[in-house]
Amino acid sequence: MITFLIRRLLQSILVLLVMSLLVFLGVYAIGNPVDILISPDANQAERARIIAAFGLDQPLWQQYLLFLRNAAAGNLGRSFAFATPALGLILERFPATMELAVSAMLLSVLLGIPLGLFAGLRPKGLAGKTIMTASILGFSLPTFWVGLMLIMVFAVKLGWLPSSGRGATVNVLGVPLSFLTRDGLEHLLLPAFNLALFNIALVIRLTRAGTQEALQQEYVRFARAKGLRNGRIIGVHVLKNILIPIVTVIALQFGSLIAFAIVTETVFAWPGMGKLIIDSIRVLDRPVIVAYLMLIVTLFIVINLVVDVLYSLLDPRVRLAEAK
Amino acid sequence: MRKPESGATYIITGFGARAPHISGNFMHKTARNLRIALFAAGLLAMSAAAAADLKIGLSADVSSLDPHYLNIAPNINLSSHLFDTLVLVDPNGKLVPGLATSWRTVDDTTWEFKLRRGVKFHDGSELTADDVLFSLERPATLTASPGPFTSYTRQIVDKKAVDPYTVQLKTATPYGPLPLDMSSIFIVSKKAAQNAATEDFNSGRALVGTGPFKFASFARGDRVVLTRNDQYWGGKSAWDKVTFRIITASAPRLAALLAGDVDMIETVPTADLAKLKADAKFTLEQKISWRTIFWHVDQQAHRSPFVTDKAGKPLDKNPLADVRVRQAMSKAIDRKAMAARTMEGLALPASNIVSPGIFGYNDALKVEAYDPDGAKKLLAEAGYPDGFGLTLHGPNNRYINDERIVQTVAQFFSRIGIQTKVQTLPLSVYFSKARAGEFSVALLGWGTLAGDFGLRTLVGTPNPDTGWGTWNWGRYSNPQVDALVKSALSSVDQVKREGYAKQAAALALKEEAVIPLHHQYASWAMRRGLSYPGRVDEFTFAHQVRPQ
Amino acid sequence: MTVATSDTPLARFLHAYFSSRIAVIATLVLLLLTLAAICAPLIAPQNPYDLTKLDIMDSRLEPGKVSSDGKLVYLMGTDEQGRDMLSAILYGLRISIAVGFASTAAALAIGLALGMVAGYAGGRIESLIMRVADIQLSFPPILIALVLLALSGPGVGKIIIALIAVQWAYYARTARSAALVERGKEYMEAAAGLGLSPLRIVLRHLLPNCLPPLIVIAALQVASAISLEATLSFLGLGLPVTEPSLGLLISNGFQYLLSGTYWISFYPGLALLLTVAAINLVADQLRDVLNPRLQGI
Repeated sequence: MITFLIRRLLQSILVLLVMSLLVFLGVYAIGNPVDILISPDANQAERARIIAAFGLDQPLWQQYLLFLRNAAAGNLGRSFAFATPALGLILERFPATMELAVSAMLLSVLLGIPLGLFAGLRPKGLAGKTIMTASILGFSLPTFWVGLMLIMVFAVKLGWLPSSGRGATVNVLGVPLSFLTRDGLEHLLLPAFNLALFNIALVIRLTRAGTQEALQQEYVRFARAKGLRNGRIIGVHVLKNILIPIVTVIALQFGSLIAFAIVTETVFAWPGMGKLIIDSIRVLDRPVIVAYLMLIVTLFIVINLVVDVLYSLLDPRVRLAEAK
Repeated sequence: MRKPESGATYIITGFGARAPHISGNFMHKTARNLRIALFAAGLLAMSAAAAADLKIGLSADVSSLDPHYLNIAPNINLSSHLFDTLVLVDPNGKLVPGLATSWRTVDDTTWEFKLRRGVKFHDGSELTADDVLFSLERPATLTASPGPFTSYTRQIVDKKAVDPYTVQLKTATPYGPLPLDMSSIFIVSKKAAQNAATEDFNSGRALVGTGPFKFASFARGDRVVLTRNDQYWGGKSAWDKVTFRIITASAPRLAALLAGDVDMIETVPTADLAKLKADAKFTLEQKISWRTIFWHVDQQAHRSPFVTDKAGKPLDKNPLADVRVRQAMSKAIDRKAMAARTMEGLALPASNIVSPGIFGYNDALKVEAYDPDGAKKLLAEAGYPDGFGLTLHGPNNRYINDERIVQTVAQFFSRIGIQTKVQTLPLSVYFSKARAGEFSVALLGWGTLAGDFGLRTLVGTPNPDTGWGTWNWGRYSNPQVDALVKSALSSVDQVKREGYAKQAAALALKEEAVIPLHHQYASWAMRRGLSYPGRVDEFTFAHQVRPQ
Repeated sequence: MTVATSDTPLARFLHAYFSSRIAVIATLVLLLLTLAAICAPLIAPQNPYDLTKLDIMDSRLEPGKVSSDGKLVYLMGTDEQGRDMLSAILYGLRISIAVGFASTAAALAIGLALGMVAGYAGGRIESLIMRVADIQLSFPPILIALVLLALSGPGVGKIIIALIAVQWAYYARTARSAALVERGKEYMEAAAGLGLSPLRIVLRHLLPNCLPPLIVIAALQVASAISLEATLSFLGLGLPVTEPSLGLLISNGFQYLLSGTYWISFYPGLALLLTVAAINLVADQLRDVLNPRLQGI
């Protein structure tokens, strides 16, 4: 296990390096941030001065090396547009996005797995068919469209929930969290549901597929023959065995939830990282883009690591990397 | 929806619960009267407080509260609430006294500004010439900014305080637009800002200004909260507390207004104007904006990157360099139809680069009439009876309906035989490429309060040494126009200055230096009971919102 | 369950497949839509990409109104450029289906291959592939699309590449995890013991067992690919505006949802819904029928 972890760590550092290089090249290819943020009344001399001040006139490899040197000291640069350290900006918005993503994840699991199980156990029944049809709606409509529909119905027409923004926050260990207040929960509900919709559909279908398969397996027949209660068979044996692909997908989807939070955050004006990154991409605020991607990559690496370790715990047949 | 009544309930029960238990008949009555009085006072306070809160939905993110850091509209909009400038701009774009009560030229290169007396900063200290000098000095020190305000302090070569309430500024050569430049530099308190970094501004520590509001809180990307400055020299605004909510996507911003989460929004999506006009619960305010949308046309003689013959082969000679071709293109555009349908009424066909009422607007210039047959004739005259191939470029997330404008114009050009393709790009890609001269016909929008400024930047012969033509993508060059603009800029006599500016505009637009399309309208929507005069510079000032 | 009337695997497959009424309907709908999409130039009343045929004065007309020159009835109304919605939907369907299918198929193939190899081979190969997948998953699709856009301009091909780049890692990850599970099973040992070549083992034994969860994901991903393209269009990074896909039409109409001209977004949305639903129902049935472990149902 230890060698496995160390090897992972080394690979992760390599991944971070490659990431940062790709972003540098990518942003360079897109355009010059100065052209977007520059004052319309600035003249050529000022433009040249600003470009020099940002080091953007130096060859790309030199800029990259400078970045690496600073990054090693923990400094990921200052945002061009905000004038504050990029990493600080991202971390400031991190709790908001995390809240949204975790809520969406919880909703997917709490709604998706039971519904999917039900649909898998009674596929021919009316309820089962309705669940499957509803799940189709969940992933065929674009997120931004559903988001606006939700706002229209629940905020404008019915007035039950607020239309946008984040609610009142409470500081827990210095981190502002909004789900601990009633106002915060009211603001969280629609965006979390909007973000979770695709995943709920996905989990329902995967669970159903897995349940149907599992019910045919030998061990289920054996358990029935042994006289175990249906509840125990399903709750313990079936569930454990269908969880692997579901766990993989849920873990993978967590990353995509964070990535897709961009759209939900834009529609619901949720002050998270997604909105920050899209604004930064829009003005080519390179330090922020780089810092964001570094963070996301680290997040993914951690998630994947956790998932891999979980595999070996959940399924004794899986051996990690070592054995051939 | 949050209703203020819930707060009132608290007060009723709260006061009622706290009223002391006093024995005796007389005491009982007094106690009861006391409770009623407190109840009434509570209700009154509650209703007064509720009426004095304003929530505004903004369409663009405020990146920094430092008034000298970044020259972008949302930052300037917010800074205008906390700070003032020497010269203010009224809703119609005219310069009016701000922190300076008057200004004049002592000689051709010296301007004198007399400061208003008795103006207090938010911390109680008084405004003096020292603060002004410091504020004019500060933009140049912010070297980390990609868009500093130095463009407006660049012309000042020397400054001094004649006395605590008089400032003299010297320019190298006679410079007419100095008061306009002074309307862009916010005056900060030297004491508070002297050793402050940008972070101190964002946290509020150094946010000491003379403006109508004081800083309360800033949640980046989410909201800014301000409270009233009761000592404001311009009079108390109607609002105790102002909350700016940042909602960049337009449909959700409208939804917030409809749901009552905000009282007012700016930049109403054009699709919803008709519906809002018909809804009795809301008021709409529209005003011609300073922003004019036009086409930059590549006018260099050689081959242009996106001009081809009908088969797609690039042409050696650039047809766009011929003024007849440009005139034909201008005639082919049905501006009225575009304003009515593409812009849904939110545009005024343009003949000038600056908007009506702006300094330098030449009303002798008429909007080009829609004349597709005349256009075809001109094209034939110029030697292109069958037209040619062209690609139009534009941004897709910058100006109102920019993408649709480009498509509509493409339609118009197709009808006179110019086979037109469309490419719209996000701003981050668009500006860089346009600056580098990669496009043939490119859309741009420009807002300025002075015609000569606009001409210098957009159609002045590009010259890195003098800083002219920085946005002259088409590389139009006419020495006569340059001379006229130069005369305008160096006239401290404003009447003479405007005369030169109008002449220059007439000359440039006769040659179709750019092809003007329309002036945008800025729009605001608010709940019934509020009124806003609307502003040419598209800003949303809470202190100009009045309850009716 | 009725007894198969013919012995050939194909006949058995078809019989099993069409035994569900829903699958029949879904397949018909899908075939119809695909046919409509392919024949769009022949059956559409107007070519929405031809700028000379459009008239801005006809913009935002209600369904049923007639064009200003009297020659065309706009059965589903017009959009804000004066395009006939029906024609726009037919042409848009074409692009959306092409984009969705092409990107998903390619991503599936690439991801499946890499994932199985990673899971089966293990060791350094697995680490390399998985780390590359990590990098891929972390990149926001928006950034990729923007870079491609900046480098080579908008176009259907670029969008497909962007979508492939975004999606292959999902398949790789899932395939690898399935392969990890299968790797330990007895039949794999048996196959190795028989001396079968790794390629044969992977193709004939590993593949059919890794495929089912991937098919479910792939079916959903077609919808997701089309949705992603719509989102990129919503953010301004998608296809050229004069040749809109369903996604672009929906995102264009987004602004009109609150204002009463619902048809600009509603009908393309309906078309998208039908397409995606049909694809998924077909995929469901395929998976049920092809899955060796579900033969007992």
